[in-house]
Amino acid sequence: MRRQRSVFLLSVLSFGLAFLYVPMAILIIYSFNYSKLVPVWGGFSTRWYRVLFESEEVWSALTLSLKIASVNATFATLLGALAGISLARAGRFRGRTLFAGMVSAPLVMPEVITGLSLLLLFITLGNFIGWPTERGMTTITIAHITFSLAYVAVIVQSRLAGVSQDLEEAAQDLGSKPFRVLIDITLPLLMPALVAGWLLAFTLSLDDLVIASFVSGPGSNTLPILIYSRIRLGLRPDINALATMIILIVSISVFVAGWLLLRQQRRRDREIQLAVADSAVE
Amino acid sequence: MSWRDAMIAIPFFWLLVFFLVPFLIVLKISVAESLIASPPFSSLFELLDDGTVTMRLVFENYAYLWQDPLYIKTYLNSIRISTISTTVCLLIGYPIAYAIVRSSPTARFVLLMLIILPFWTSFLLRVYAWMGLLSDQGTINNILIWLGLIDRPVRLMYSELAVHIGIVYSYLPFMILPLYANMEKLDMSLVEASADLGARPVVTFLTVTLPLTIPGMVAGSLLVFIPATGEFVIPDLLGGGNVLMIGRVLYNEFHANHDWPVASAVAIMLLVVLVVPMMIYQHIQSKQTKT
Repeated sequence: MRRQRSVFLLSVLSFGLAFLYVPMAILIIYSFNYSKLVPVWGGFSTRWYRVLFESEEVWSALTLSLKIASVNATFATLLGALAGISLARAGRFRGRTLFAGMVSAPLVMPEVITGLSLLLLFITLGNFIGWPTERGMTTITIAHITFSLAYVAVIVQSRLAGVSQDLEEAAQDLGSKPFRVLIDITLPLLMPALVAGWLLAFTLSLDDLVIASFVSGPGSNTLPILIYSRIRLGLRPDINALATMIILIVSISVFVAGWLLLRQQRRRDREIQLAVADSAVE
Repeated sequence: MSWRDAMIAIPFFWLLVFFLVPFLIVLKISVAESLIASPPFSSLFELLDDGTVTMRLVFENYAYLWQDPLYIKTYLNSIRISTISTTVCLLIGYPIAYAIVRSSPTARFVLLMLIILPFWTSFLLRVYAWMGLLSDQGTINNILIWLGLIDRPVRLMYSELAVHIGIVYSYLPFMILPLYANMEKLDMSLVEASADLGARPVVTFLTVTLPLTIPGMVAGSLLVFIPATGEFVIPDLLGGGNVLMIGRVLYNEFHANHDWPVASAVAIMLLVVLVVPMMIYQHIQSKQTKT
């Protein structure tokens, strides 16, 4: 009975992971294909990596995307933290319902609507106040901050909901002003949430095609826009090479981060065990 | 103004300008007349010679959506495709989430990382991976021909099947994670009690486990259904012109036809379709952050 069930669970997991990873594995294998036609195997080669690294277009799109992603992540973390703290700790204030709605709505708003509405805003603003004169890096960054800050706010809010207000209240009772409490107690408690939020905002921005393609102008191609314009005409071996590079970099980063997390958790578990053992001895 | 007010005001103002106002502009343009001009629509308010301001609402765009069978068909088709894909996602995701919860703590951690990892890589490139598998000279056709099951490539790309595969593949992690979070909190003593009292595993599953994981099923399904209904990339790359979906129609109405008022009306109608699922999701989400 038990054995039957563990066989079932194991096969479910193997099937699930195979479904997620086999397509990516095949994509990676074909990036080393000599042939220009992706599906026809023409022998092992790294020529498409050379083509990729020598492409000026790819480098400038990558630079633009990284610039937008890091500016976006920084501003989104800042604004998202303010929004999250407001919702979790500021109590009642006028317009709270509207505010809470606006913070969480971008999470579920279809991308095509967000993209269309921001583009129409930029055009209207351009007509009325003469800004923005052209669409490009600035408009894409603003659009990305708007939806990324919602993700950061949710992470911050749920982190604050998870920790009790005892520490903050204790500091207040000992005479700290509210602003000092925020800086000395709340912010350090939030650090893990802020790091996670920054990374998430960075990734969301790097990954976005639909919103960016609405609010970008001629000549400002982000990496997803460039990839999309190439693959909509069919398979291309240099895109396989690019995909392989991205998968490789992301996998290494995620595994390093995961390993650090796991180690930290184990150390904490051990410390708790030691503390419990100590108190038992006493 | 105290620092507390400033803390609230800064993100509030940002969202007002870059989220609420743009949305109101879409609403406004959806009731404007389409013009061949720049910008290509009539203005809502007009200042007449005698100094009075008149407001013109044109519901022509909505009437147009209603009259042209293409749009209605596209809406219904989007909902149908998205519903089927969400169901398949649930059927695949549920056992996976269950199997992860039943693993040892370390295995759990590694498995969760493996489920999340694809999410951090590019969405676009994951869809591209399936182009390589499904195309006429793609991997799947090559394997089937090599096995001798078919002698000529079968059309897999540019079909509804391809769109379903794309949605299920891309959104599976969004289904698994809420299910996992729900199952992790499940009180296992209830399952044990049911078994101790003599219920067979199937009965225990149907009467105890399944009802207790409904919140996770609802959250996961909404997280797949909402974005899938407005999806643009997947129907565009894997469905081509053969699969009508609303996100793609909106995109083309704006970029190819330059019909802003109709594009805006399509956007508002998409929101009308999604507003109930969106509100249910927000309700669940706010309940979760509070506890």
